[in-house]
Amino acid sequence: MSQLVKEPKQKSFFTTLAESPSTNEFLKGIWKDNPIFVQVLGMCPVLAVTNTAENALAMGFATTFVLMMSNILVSLLRNVIPKEVRIASYILIIATFVTMTDYAIQAISVDLHKSLGAFISLIVVNCLILSRAEAFASKNTVIPSILDGLGMGLGFVLALFSLGAVRELLGNGSILGFSIFSANFQEWIVMILPAGGFFTLALWLLLFNILKERRNHG
Amino acid sequence: MDESLWYIFINASLISNFVLAYFLGICPFLGVSGKLDTASKMGGAVTFVMLISSMCAYGINTLLVAIDAPFLQLISYIVVIASTVQLVEMFVKKMSPALFRALGIFLPLITTNCAILGLALFQTNKGYGFLQSLVYALGAGIGFTLALVLMAGIRQQLDFASPPKVVKGTVITLLIAGILSLSFMGFSGLGG
Repeated sequence: MSQLVKEPKQKSFFTTLAESPSTNEFLKGIWKDNPIFVQVLGMCPVLAVTNTAENALAMGFATTFVLMMSNILVSLLRNVIPKEVRIASYILIIATFVTMTDYAIQAISVDLHKSLGAFISLIVVNCLILSRAEAFASKNTVIPSILDGLGMGLGFVLALFSLGAVRELLGNGSILGFSIFSANFQEWIVMILPAGGFFTLALWLLLFNILKERRNHG
Repeated sequence: MDESLWYIFINASLISNFVLAYFLGICPFLGVSGKLDTASKMGGAVTFVMLISSMCAYGINTLLVAIDAPFLQLISYIVVIASTVQLVEMFVKKMSPALFRALGIFLPLITTNCAILGLALFQTNKGYGFLQSLVYALGAGIGFTLALVLMAGIRQQLDFASPPKVVKGTVITLLIAGILSLSFMGFSGLGG
């Protein structure tokens, strides 16, 4: 009875949407369990291809695609794959989709393929994808798995873009190829170099930690 | 490709260090670099897996070129690496249970260590021959171990310092990695 009383009579569409479990599957990847800033998973591409915002976005969406497709297939096959060989099977599924993505990117833009280099193939070993297959898709039905993959993927894109944008802005004075600063802006070359990746990621994580600390105390 | 073996070695281990210049193998780099002892053994395990999978990758690539099926490259590489890691895991478990426990989850995770797959892909892209591939793998492994051990040494010292709470853990590790990466840039031009 008490439960009924608590429930408000009329809920707006957005409240219903915000409280439904599927929205939660989707949103947790973007903010609460963000793969980069919170779980610190799949760091290699994060640092390697974020020297420009464009590369970061391309990498992010390629990963999202692979993540979603492998989540779908893993959740469809979750009752078929024997437990002992599940990791190997997941890796094979992921490798198949990565090969497809690799060829697709090569067909769309050779330049992009060249600048991402081996890192497209290296999506296979992105811990994020395997961990979602193991922790989520192998235990859930298709629809939540798609939402989970999409949410985690977009969280990944968001993180990559925030790194790529900062590095490109400071290292090159532009975002997505458009110049932001005036011509006499002195580029911070270090931001484009590998070290800049480490520093930028460290600063973003620091920001997240400070926010977390604030919330815990405030 | 007629790069000298010495150059390949120096290039893989110092100039283009896999961890600090190519960002490959960051997960174990951040995860297992807490203790000097574990770090060096992890480095050893990774170097071993690298050597074996580099040899296998060379063989597979020759075969795939022969049957004209380059799209199988990625899938076959990853299968070989996974089996090698399984082999190393069984070996370590038998030979040194203590090390097995210390490495914990990170041992099976060598499979998803980008450094190893990256190595296989790079050596194919660069068109290295058998001996060159082997030297490349050795250099990459030693470079990985070097980065891991340096990091572990610094982090052990860090235990005695008291950084602000917000930078503890990953943040300070990444900052140190950035500084290490800057200092490794000093090696460029070495080895001719």
